[in-house]
Amino acid sequence: MTKDSTKTPAATTRRGALKTLAAGAGAASLPLWARYAQAQTSEPIRIGFQVHRTGIGAAYGRWYDRTTMAAAQLINESGGINGRMVEIVAEDDGTDPKRGAEVVEKFASQHNCDVGFGTLFSHVVIGSAPRAGELKLPYFVVSEGHHVASGMLNRYTLQPGITDVKSQVQAMAPFVSQNLGKKVTMIFPDFAFGHDHRDYFTAAIEAQGGEVLEHIAIPPTETTFTKYFPKIPRDTEVIYHVMVGPAVLTFVKELGEFFGPSRPEMFGFIDSLEAVDIASPGLEFLEGSYFWEGNPRYAQADQSEYDKLYRAAVGVDANGASVSDPKDISTYAHMFGCWETLHVIKAGMEASGYAGPGDRAKLIEAVESMTDMPHSIAHPQGAKLFNGKTHQVFGHQYISKVEGGKLVLQHTTSIEDTLYPDEVDYTTQPL
Amino acid sequence: MDLGPYILLATLEGSVTAAVLALTAIGLSLVFGVMRVVNVAHGEFFMLGAVLAWWVAHMVGAHPALGFAAALVVAPVLVGLVAVAADMTVLKRVDYDPERTIVATIGMLYIIQQITLMTYGPDARPVEPPFNSRLAIPWFEYSENGFQMYWPWGLSTTSYKLAVIAAAAVVLVGVWLLMARTKIGLLMRATQLDREMALAFGIPVERVYAIVFGIGAGLAALAAVLIVPIQQAHYLMGGDPLLLSFIVVIIGGLGSLPGTVIAAVLIGLSDGIISVFFSPTLAKILATLLVALVLVFRPEGLFGVKSR
Amino acid sequence: MSATQKMIALHGGLLGLLFVLQFLLPAYHHGNLARVMVLASYAIGYNIMFGYTGLLSLGHALFFAAGMYGMGLAVNLGGVAPAPALIAGVLAGVVVSAALGLLALRTAGVAFMIVTLMFAQAGYLAVLYFGAYTRGDEGFVIQQAQRIMWGIDLSDPANRYFAAYALFAICLLLSLWVVQRPFGRVLVAIRENEERARMLGYDVFRHKLGAVVLSGTISAAAGAAYGLLFGYVGASFASVQYSIFPLLWVLLGGAGTVLGPFIGTLFMFYLIDLSSGLTSAYMLIAGVALVVLTLFAPQGLAGELRSRIWRWLP
Repeated sequence: MTKDSTKTPAATTRRGALKTLAAGAGAASLPLWARYAQAQTSEPIRIGFQVHRTGIGAAYGRWYDRTTMAAAQLINESGGINGRMVEIVAEDDGTDPKRGAEVVEKFASQHNCDVGFGTLFSHVVIGSAPRAGELKLPYFVVSEGHHVASGMLNRYTLQPGITDVKSQVQAMAPFVSQNLGKKVTMIFPDFAFGHDHRDYFTAAIEAQGGEVLEHIAIPPTETTFTKYFPKIPRDTEVIYHVMVGPAVLTFVKELGEFFGPSRPEMFGFIDSLEAVDIASPGLEFLEGSYFWEGNPRYAQADQSEYDKLYRAAVGVDANGASVSDPKDISTYAHMFGCWETLHVIKAGMEASGYAGPGDRAKLIEAVESMTDMPHSIAHPQGAKLFNGKTHQVFGHQYISKVEGGKLVLQHTTSIEDTLYPDEVDYTTQPL
Repeated sequence: MDLGPYILLATLEGSVTAAVLALTAIGLSLVFGVMRVVNVAHGEFFMLGAVLAWWVAHMVGAHPALGFAAALVVAPVLVGLVAVAADMTVLKRVDYDPERTIVATIGMLYIIQQITLMTYGPDARPVEPPFNSRLAIPWFEYSENGFQMYWPWGLSTTSYKLAVIAAAAVVLVGVWLLMARTKIGLLMRATQLDREMALAFGIPVERVYAIVFGIGAGLAALAAVLIVPIQQAHYLMGGDPLLLSFIVVIIGGLGSLPGTVIAAVLIGLSDGIISVFFSPTLAKILATLLVALVLVFRPEGLFGVKSR
Repeated sequence: MSATQKMIALHGGLLGLLFVLQFLLPAYHHGNLARVMVLASYAIGYNIMFGYTGLLSLGHALFFAAGMYGMGLAVNLGGVAPAPALIAGVLAGVVVSAALGLLALRTAGVAFMIVTLMFAQAGYLAVLYFGAYTRGDEGFVIQQAQRIMWGIDLSDPANRYFAAYALFAICLLLSLWVVQRPFGRVLVAIRENEERARMLGYDVFRHKLGAVVLSGTISAAAGAAYGLLFGYVGASFASVQYSIFPLLWVLLGGAGTVLGPFIGTLFMFYLIDLSSGLTSAYMLIAGVALVVLTLFAPQGLAGELRSRIWRWLP
């Protein structure tokens, strides 16, 4: 476990952070009784942070880590939660469901965390959630999978900080069919995340009067892609592409090489290029193509005050890269979920008067009773609507166009576009 | 796309895979043939080659061709040295015992991966190719006007991909010359045939082992440098090359260099061509089962001689 | 004490200790030990093939996953109760291991490694390909209500520990019994010198096939139990990684010893768990530990124990 101590409010400078760390280390070396005697009432709220430090999720994990630390620092600087500081207890899950479940157990029974939080990859969420439910540890995931709202998980698992694939995908269909074309070929990874895209987008585009000509499912661990592209039918008007994993850049580059100068319209999920520079060599052909973005990577002309603050706090520049290294591209479309989820935890704990693990059930009920989440510093991506029955949040989706090597926002969907009928009512399950 | 152009495209793509695979596998095959050990860390040497290529290309920074050329020399040599060090500190001391070598090289695999993650990070980073232009390929069709040439949609390759195939061929010839025409090649072959006898004749077997291990790793690194402008350097990229070159070495017949090359070509091409006819994942399953069944019914590999 | 008595005392002692520990351990380690016992059962299965018969398989995840999916799909799609689902998982293991054995045993040595690896890879891809039923890499949850066996809720920590303990005890005693029987001794003879075993008139192929099926069945039982006890079935358990793990555990603990698989699994589990508490670079520590162990304890922990102190260790 690496304890990132954010107990004491610190200045945002690097030196300040170092001092905080040193102070934390000093405090840790005090005898146990001394530590607790002086902090009897101000025992920190411990948030177990399940993070992908190793394995295929590591590129995301690093940015989830930075965002989480920034959010915790902001919460602590503004007085913590119910007057108590927040302490992030981070533990690597290796992007593996088995280790993920073990980490959840560790949070609940070894580190005495109040809640668990943070996972992205769906298989880790689904592997860990049963244990969280059994241990009655509130488990806040930041995964964008449809697993929470589909009813597969349990009363203790919630996704209040990021929208799910189903709502994102179906909200894209009107824009695609009205602006790009009605004959679509989909290219997606051949596993559950890709299948969600396949199923929900196909249904949504058909509802718009369009059709999907061909589904091209790419096996995971594939490293070369050109050989699959001839399966794209000639009369395709729009390519819908989404890919994840380390080979995404190869995928997009080979797509460009395949089409050469005569490409159809292209609509992609930014997952295909998350943590990748749009200005990488070989990506010039993307000029004029469209992307879904969970949160616009490039600071837009009409950037909101909240995005500005959030961006600065996490350390991301106007191009979506780290302020300290312009080659280090953030996972901007997803990582805001960590920030917003921590703020939801704070709001839930304050609403329920959370005092300790005995109040976990009250915390769940408090979050379940939330509905509107206005656009604010707690929700810099935009306003949201939380559904307490399905434990899933709904929000605006963004569609950007590549112009001059940057992503420029073209269209913002309404929250209503992303809604779908409930598939579960978790509130009927016992707490 | 019509079947004809599609198969041509799949063949071209398969050839690039085959070229890189042949280089990686020949390294493994050397180690396997001469030292009789399974090097599980072979894929990590491949990955190290790619990552070092990125470092070198970035430090040189000038024209992409210059950085790439530097990487082509520096990365394989450095990786070779790492491998020699690993051989002398670990493998020699476990006496090249097959099982212990497997565990030790699994250990090395973890170590190399983790160190790369800590220094290079989790991102997939591209190296710019020294040259890269898209080459559209014409196709012929027979219509009422006789044969006609036309340019099918998407039928293309890049100059760099063709160069990779050529470079791999050159290196393979080089390896063959090394084995067949030089003194060190002779020593390697002698050690491969009979270790005890080689020792008796005063061949410094341990040094030969270290050199072979270094060359094997260096070849994997070289293959990685060639591929890294097409794919990207990533700390988990070693898994696939390891599995594939493993398969190639066995199918080709243990320690047989020509067999290894032919097997690499077969596997590389079949991977591409099977994907023409089936849905991608099904194609992968079929290709995998095909390899397994070939071995079941020809356990000594396609080109191996039946020992025992 | 005679060797047999010592042997009974040692293994009985371990089982007794594990039984008592459930009342003493704090919650976290209590849960960990339950996990380790299920995984150790998997390693015991692996050890029968690798440690005692000398067949190095790189595809055991296929058996583990066969058990896990045999159980999981029966529950999830068939709506079957846990007990028959467990049996379905074990049967899946029998069928898959028999089929694999019949094909793969035509090869030996490195070719055997590759063939098992390839079949396991095909199995992994098949799980993804049939994503409509398996939910692919994401996998699916076995809900708490589906995990109540004969009125016992297997998601309860005490029940889970006891179920894992029962599985482990059965596997341990079974493997102890097998290696003492003529069948087990023939396996060791095959490991030491296959030609000689054949010349002595043993049907080598049938013995090997028996070892593969026994090994695959135990592995499948562990897989089915893992899914049921921890409530999750997913494709990552069918991946290459989970074929390498039992090999590592067995080699670390000591191949060809009855206790080795448990020791190796326990050691590796806590090595990763504790070092991940110190640093995020725990894989580095694990890697160094592996290298060091091969250098200084080449026969694994229990193997070193046997060659240095307890020569009677089975």
